[in-house]
Amino acid sequence: MMTVEKVLFRSVAEHAAALAAGEYTAVRLTRAYLERIQERNGEINAYLYVDGAGALAAAEESDVRRLRGECRGVLDGIPYALKDNFAAKGLPMTCGSKILGGYVSPYDATVVARLKASGAILLGKNNMDEFAMGSSGEYSAYGVTKNPYDRTRVVGGSSSGSAATVADGMAAFALGSDTGGSVRQPAAFCGVYGLKPTYGVLSRYGLASMASSLDCVGILARTAEDCGLLLDVLAGQDAHDATSVVYAPKSVQALDHVLRLGVISFDGVGGIDEEIKAASARAVERLTACGAVAETVELPLPDEALAAYTVLSSTEAASNLARYDGVRYGRRSARSETLSALYENSRGEGLGAEVKRRILFGTDMLVRGNREVYYLRALRVREAVRRQMEALSERYDVLISPAAPTAAFGLGSTPSPDALYCADMCTVYANLAGVPALSVPFGVNAAGLPLAVQLTARRCGENLLLAAARLLCDGEVK
Amino acid sequence: MRSDYEAVIGLEVHAELKTATKIFCACPTSFGAPPNTHCCPVCLGLPGTLPVLNRRAVELAVIAGLALDCEIAALSRTDRKQYFYPDLPKGYQISQAETSICRNGHLTVTAEDGAARCVGIERIHIEEDAGKLVHEGNETLVDCNRCGVPLIEIVSRPDLRGGAEATAYLKALREILLACGVSDCRMQEGSLRCDVNISVRRSGEETFGVRTEIKNINSFAFVEKAIAYETARQIGVIENGGAVVAETRRYDEARGETVRMRVKETAEDYRYLAEPDMLPIRLTDSDIARLRAQIPELPSARAERLEREYGMTAENARILVSELGMADYFEAGAKRTQYPKLLVNLLLSELLRHCEADPFVSPIRSEALAELADLLGERTVNSATGKKLLSRMLTEDISPRKVAYDEGLTQITDAETIGAWVDATLTELPRAVEDYRSGKSAAIKSLQGRVMAMSRGRADPIICEQLLLEKLKSGDKTI
Repeated sequence: MMTVEKVLFRSVAEHAAALAAGEYTAVRLTRAYLERIQERNGEINAYLYVDGAGALAAAEESDVRRLRGECRGVLDGIPYALKDNFAAKGLPMTCGSKILGGYVSPYDATVVARLKASGAILLGKNNMDEFAMGSSGEYSAYGVTKNPYDRTRVVGGSSSGSAATVADGMAAFALGSDTGGSVRQPAAFCGVYGLKPTYGVLSRYGLASMASSLDCVGILARTAEDCGLLLDVLAGQDAHDATSVVYAPKSVQALDHVLRLGVISFDGVGGIDEEIKAASARAVERLTACGAVAETVELPLPDEALAAYTVLSSTEAASNLARYDGVRYGRRSARSETLSALYENSRGEGLGAEVKRRILFGTDMLVRGNREVYYLRALRVREAVRRQMEALSERYDVLISPAAPTAAFGLGSTPSPDALYCADMCTVYANLAGVPALSVPFGVNAAGLPLAVQLTARRCGENLLLAAARLLCDGEVK
Repeated sequence: MRSDYEAVIGLEVHAELKTATKIFCACPTSFGAPPNTHCCPVCLGLPGTLPVLNRRAVELAVIAGLALDCEIAALSRTDRKQYFYPDLPKGYQISQAETSICRNGHLTVTAEDGAARCVGIERIHIEEDAGKLVHEGNETLVDCNRCGVPLIEIVSRPDLRGGAEATAYLKALREILLACGVSDCRMQEGSLRCDVNISVRRSGEETFGVRTEIKNINSFAFVEKAIAYETARQIGVIENGGAVVAETRRYDEARGETVRMRVKETAEDYRYLAEPDMLPIRLTDSDIARLRAQIPELPSARAERLEREYGMTAENARILVSELGMADYFEAGAKRTQYPKLLVNLLLSELLRHCEADPFVSPIRSEALAELADLLGERTVNSATGKKLLSRMLTEDISPRKVAYDEGLTQITDAETIGAWVDATLTELPRAVEDYRSGKSAAIKSLQGRVMAMSRGRADPIICEQLLLEKLKSGDKTI
């Protein structure tokens, strides 16, 4: 008999098999996760809100369905968590910000509705860096999320609570959002899988926008297989999201011959820890040992691409966050005698320093004079980067690189500028180009902290990523 | 206006599109619902919501563009116009700035001097409407019913030279938008709104003066008055050695003046952002051809045809096309009568004042009116009976022909019958006969009246007059 703790760390696929075999019920499983949250969340601060009653009611319904032979499939009865920038009907939605304090969403995000329809059980909402701005989990208005591997270290961000939840056995999987690495980097810091799918494959309807042209719904799970299975349930065009696309995966047959592996060169880029370089090298070795042919490749236009990312993500975020003004919902300042006081004080009091910094920067990039020099140029650079990345991802089945330049760093410490530059280089290309990328846990360092590599593929090449990830994890110690 | 100056005017017209649902969600667009009842998470801009473009709004914009001879863009994009205001839930309005669906059109109107003036249309773009603020005592409330109602903005070139011309342009534009089903164009409900850009310069000058913008004028009459006032004001400023300031003004209806709202130098920078939540708007040649086929005959062309085909005056033809549905009503009737000229007279001089406007609704079916025209044309009834029948038709759905026969109202044209009444009249009214013969030709009226009375209004007045004249001229013989 397994301990309850071990059960909590099972994959979705394993839970599905156990539920089908009657090893435990959805109610039992849900209660176990709720107890785990009760026990751990005080320390980790991964959840902002737990819907125990709602989850247990949904679990009961799932068990009844199963008894009647009406099970809705592999996700029926599987408990999960949601980053707090997704809308779930009747639940709070703060985006990690005070300005949305007290706001309750009146509708379900498309991905939430799809999970509901497939029988998955929503446990609650995860902490996050405010409005998905931040990459350490320290920028939430509701407190820092701590790394379950070492509570003196960050969990990464912005999907901080979601990565910690999966890593610490507080849900079977979680949904996060990834605008420039917000799923993949915390996944890497927490030793879980983090998938940022092709742009548009998962509907953004109901995900509070940060930078619309870069935002993707991401999956945090314990295995590559789980990522694939969740993608199958969640993918598909959505009438509520004009930018959503039909998911048309190509066959994995490609891997039956020779995997063409592009190894992204970080020569001349400082800031990468030796242990990360070593892990990446081991991953390349492992794949070539499986028959892959590896070639070194350069990322296109690195300085320009990173600048374009910074400008576009900030301008879009500044625009998307304009709606949080205290007029219709959320927090309104008590000092709002005049219209401008209402705006200034509601936003001044309700938004955190990092969010304000990016709004100011993004606004400035669009004012007369700057708009042409920065914003319009950034749009052109993005097009060039996209074309070159698409060409690169067509030449190779999979590109491999670090998912982050370091393992989880200490709470309160600021990575070096080189490391920050390098962190962006690792993750933002996939967002700029709209291609899928997967953060794959790959061993631990001497201190026992998880290490990871990142795989990138062409548009709708998610199955190539998952197949390559399976090759990597065979033989690795979990 | 002083003749040594001329006004240079361009109009920006906002028209709400006649779609059933809003531009980015499925909420209804109908006017007059209780506040905040036509709203959903999308048009309220709740966190996580995304706009999905209503294709019909694009189609109506294209139809408007084609009707105004515009070029239609195969690809255009949407942009966010960013500013803070409580009636704008997202903190930006989705509009088109860098590109627009339609460009380079024109509309020909009759200028003040009677000549035809071709007014250039610079662009037509789509955008969403904002909500409405309602001020109650110390409180300001927001009604979001109008948030997301689709609009087109039609921007003219500065080709207009006076208030009457501007009004003529607006009227022609309204007729076209109505005829094409693009907009209801109800100024009082705000579904048609107009901003005026105006500057003055000395006659003969080529360069433009400094312009002001007069915002949100809500009737044609006020457009004309505002232009007259503003033209005079600007000339006054220049004549007094001053300089016109680039500013936004509004028209104060009560005072009949334009009033400064804000100076342009402090005007907002809208920080246009390419809308990342939407795909580009693509229109293929076949889309455009399909929409072109939906455009009905335009009012000006129709007026010309009506004039030609039915031999009516140009003025009557203009009136018929000026109200949505009136020309249709006329033509439906005209198909059923041999006497379309009588039909147009009945419609415009007798019936029109009993009809509803905007849209045109007649209390009488077009078939019934056509029947009445036939009765008059065939001289089955005379005009007095025709009027009586028409007034009954306003309240009763009757066949005038059936009523005329059933109730014995048909005109009597039989010369023998009328001749007998004439003879009796000449005997009864010897004074009138004397008067007539002594040169008072007006005396025939009383004789004629007597004959008509004898016939109880049914005698053909023309035959009656002919017989009277014959017998009066033939001397004493018959008496």
